Amino acid sequence: MELRVSSVSIARGGIPLLEGVSFVLRAGGCLVLRGANGIGKTTLLRTIAGLQPALGGDISVGGDAIAYAAHADGLKSTLTVAENLAFWAAVYGTGAVDQALARMNLSELRDRQAANLSAGQKRRLGLARLLVTGRALWVLDEPTVSLDKASVALFAGVVRDHLKAGGAALIATHIDLGLDEAEVLELEPFRAKRNARGSGAFDSAFGGDFA
Amino acid sequence: MIALFYRDMRLAVRAGGGFGLGLAFFLLIAVLVPLGVGPEGTTLAKIAPGILWVGALLSCLLSLDRIFALDYEDGSLDLLLTAPMPLEGVVAIKAFAHWTVTGLPLTLAAPVLAILLNLPAEGFFWLVVSLALGTPALSVIGAFGAALTVGLKRGGLLLSLLVLPLYVPTLIFGAEVVKRGATGAETLTPLVLLAGITAGAAAFLPFASAAAIRINLR
Repeated sequence: MELRVSSVSIARGGIPLLEGVSFVLRAGGCLVLRGANGIGKTTLLRTIAGLQPALGGDISVGGDAIAYAAHADGLKSTLTVAENLAFWAAVYGTGAVDQALARMNLSELRDRQAANLSAGQKRRLGLARLLVTGRALWVLDEPTVSLDKASVALFAGVVRDHLKAGGAALIATHIDLGLDEAEVLELEPFRAKRNARGSGAFDSAFGGDFA
Repeated sequence: MIALFYRDMRLAVRAGGGFGLGLAFFLLIAVLVPLGVGPEGTTLAKIAPGILWVGALLSCLLSLDRIFALDYEDGSLDLLLTAPMPLEGVVAIKAFAHWTVTGLPLTLAAPVLAILLNLPAEGFFWLVVSLALGTPALSVIGAFGAALTVGLKRGGLLLSLLVLPLYVPTLIFGAEVVKRGATGAETLTPLVLLAGITAGAAAFLPFASAAAIRINLR
């Protein structure tokens, strides 16, 4: 597993945000993206996850390796905790629901409807989804929002175990996860120059690569 | 893929899932039309095929915007896009789940409601056959409309305007099958055309819907 991002430019709504972003993330590595609000962290992560095309540059991932976790957790409020997770386990063809629940400290809540969870509990369930994907590269957008201190530490432990098992993580976050091994990438130097709209700035609807 | 179908079915039958909404609407139409038109049997028998088909169509329309909008709002559509499933398959499964929740119950309930509209006995068989062949097209075309409007707030009106013209051929041929069947005339031609629309829609529209979703989620 290796994520190689070379001189990638991204845009949101036709406006270029970042250009020339390059980094390599190898198995066992963790890269934390930092930058002010609106600099394009989410757009960069969505581009890497394949949800939108890059304006330029090249992103290569070795095979189906990415598990993406967005701001929204994608939970169904009328399903129970275990049902929500079992669905994603079935989609990814794994069956480690109970271990994932135990790891994220959700075992006691397994039969509760997701509608009755607190914001932090929902977040933990959303992150437990990563464990059932069995994917090597976690692409996480603000994973610690609404988590308390103990849960942040719990999650940092989960990420650390994932890295030790040969996984990798790309995380956009504002807080310190306490991961000493993590490298930090400041996005500020890559900010696209204003009014530098190239011909590729307009996101043509059918020009993209539907990978 | 099967897991997605089970999930959608489970969501539909849980509280607030909307199962039975279309069926209740269909029932209301079948009950209210005879009250409005009057009790004259020959008039009712004459309009029954059209009313039943219009009722089925509007009932389907009622729940279309839920196909993708709910998944879009809670973020699971993004996650489904990054999941190891082709989006075309996701669209097809979701349309099939929509049909199982709306089209199938409508088809099964139609003969009972046809009694209220005094449909001649010969027409019952053709009513069920035409609905069974035609309602899948309503769900697939509807899923395409829902894919085009996903991400729009209050996209329901636009969705109806987009989808209704596409529903017209299905309505015409579906009602024609029942009309001919009820009078004992030959039904093969409209039936084949109805089946053709369904087969064509089911074959092509999942690809168009998937492309529309990819563009809308950027």
